Amino acid sequence: MKTKINVTVNGVSHQGEVEPRMLLVHYLRDALNLTGTHIGCETSLCGACTVLVDGLAVKSCTLFAVQLDGSKVTTIEGLAAEGKLHPVQEGFWEHHGLQCGYCTPGMIMTAAQILERNPDPSDEEIRHGLEGNLCRCTGYQHIVQAVQCAAKKMKSKTAVAR
Amino acid sequence: MIPTQFEYVAAKSLDEALSLLGKHKDDAKLLAGGHSLIPAMKLRLAQPQVLIDISRIKDLSYIREEKGQVRIGSMTTHYQIESSDLLRRICPLLPETATHLGDVQVRNKGTIGGSLAHSDPAADWPAAVLALDAEIVVAGPKGERAIKADKFFVDLLTTALEQGEILREVRFNTPQGTVGQSYVKVRHPASGFAVVGVAVNLSVNGGKCQSAGVGITGVAPKAYRASGVEKALQGNALDAKTLSVAAAHASDGVDANTDLFASGEYRRHLAEVYTRRALGTAVSRAK
Ligand SMILES: Cc1cc2nc3c(=O)[nH]c(=O)nc-3n(C[C@H](O)[C@H](O)[C@H](O)COP(=O)(O)OP(=O)(O)OC[C@H]3O[C@@H](n4cnc5c(N)ncnc54)[C@H](O)[C@@H]3O)c2cc1C
Ligand code: FES
Ligand code: FES
Repeated sequence: MKTKINVTVNGVSHQGEVEPRMLLVHYLRDALNLTGTHIGCETSLCGACTVLVDGLAVKSCTLFAVQLDGSKVTTIEGLAAEGKLHPVQEGFWEHHGLQCGYCTPGMIMTAAQILERNPDPSDEEIRHGLEGNLCRCTGYQHIVQAVQCAAKKMKSKTAVAR
Repeated sequence: MIPTQFEYVAAKSLDEALSLLGKHKDDAKLLAGGHSLIPAMKLRLAQPQVLIDISRIKDLSYIREEKGQVRIGSMTTHYQIESSDLLRRICPLLPETATHLGDVQVRNKGTIGGSLAHSDPAADWPAAVLALDAEIVVAGPKGERAIKADKFFVDLLTTALEQGEILREVRFNTPQGTVGQSYVKVRHPASGFAVVGVAVNLSVNGGKCQSAGVGITGVAPKAYRASGVEKALQGNALDAKTLSVAAAHASDGVDANTDLFASGEYRRHLAEVYTRRALGTAVSRAK
């Protein structure tokens, strides 16, 4: 009982047959070997599995891969364009926005979405935006700083581009 | 956390979804955003044999205003409502409610129609659609019918939707004149759902309440219209005394839920306090 799907992941098109009950996160990790997307809870609560589907941050443990036929997915592996870290990745690096790193791929994908929608967020807005991502190590302080740093980098980039 | 096996069909139109539903009957379930259904399937609380995905039906996803009515397609996501400039202008209660719902990822995927059809006793949308005196439009094998929001929520996880029917649209009269709205919520610290959520939609004339809609979720097995509060406001000057007297009716006649987090008595207390706050905020916003 398999269903054909056609999904573009990090710019690469994949055709395959999946069991309809296969969760997107298992498809990414087990079928495509993209293990950067983590499974923390598998119950839609922790956000470690967050990826972008057609530009929207979603929890890949709460979608079936079949729902994505014809969609474009970006995972943490696809965020750095041409080997150059995304500003959010740089922010996490520079501000030490992680300890064990388990939550980090999901944090970064959600943070990228927050900044795309609100280039100049307050700390409060960053915290509200990251409500669906849990971290058991950092206490969130450095994560918020990392996202603020990314916001500044992105702003100065657009300023240069102008 | 692996659901039982099922067959997946992506419906391309409402008609196709209706006929698939007619064909598979109880074996099938509709899939909208999946953010209530997929967790239930993982726990095997739901074990449909066929999933009919209606989230890709383009003409079920819209927000528009026509002839004095606001219409929202059932597959409109929480985020689309949260970010709608039209709604921020003419009915800010809905975007405000959305910001309280779940998290960024849940709002990107979940839909208003899926939430209303699911009718979780702690969901946020039911309070808002009750306060707006909305109608829920459902399509079925015999055509369409419109159900008043206060008739739509029947009991715990139970709505007036019948076998074979699909929730198609939420519609309500565009709030007119001097309007004050607000949604306040006590979030459950773990789930984020409403321990108590109060939505208020007031229309004000010369400092007096012309009409009031108050919807309360989280307190009872189903969300309800607090008609005692509404009656105590109607026609009266919206001063602090009126608001307090009205809020005291927040859980009149309601059998309040008790769970590990909050007793029924505590919920009733919260309902009164948060109704008072929601009313105060709505009055201060009325202009
Ligand atoms: C982590 C997390 C946190 C959440 N927090 C909140 C919160 O704070 N507040 C809140 O209100 N909700 C919350 N939710 C629930 C969320 O809002 C869901 O999106 C919503 O309840 C269901 O909408 P859906 O589109 O995902 O529907 P689905 O899960 O796809 O469907 C739900 C049910 O409704 C049926 N159905 C769907 N669409 C229709 C239709 N058009 N006609 C008839 N039947 C239909 C389905 O068959 C299914 O039985 C949360 C969910 C998660 C995972
Ligand atoms: S693994 Fe998906 S939310 Fe935790
Ligand atoms: S860094 Fe360890 S969970 Fe966040």
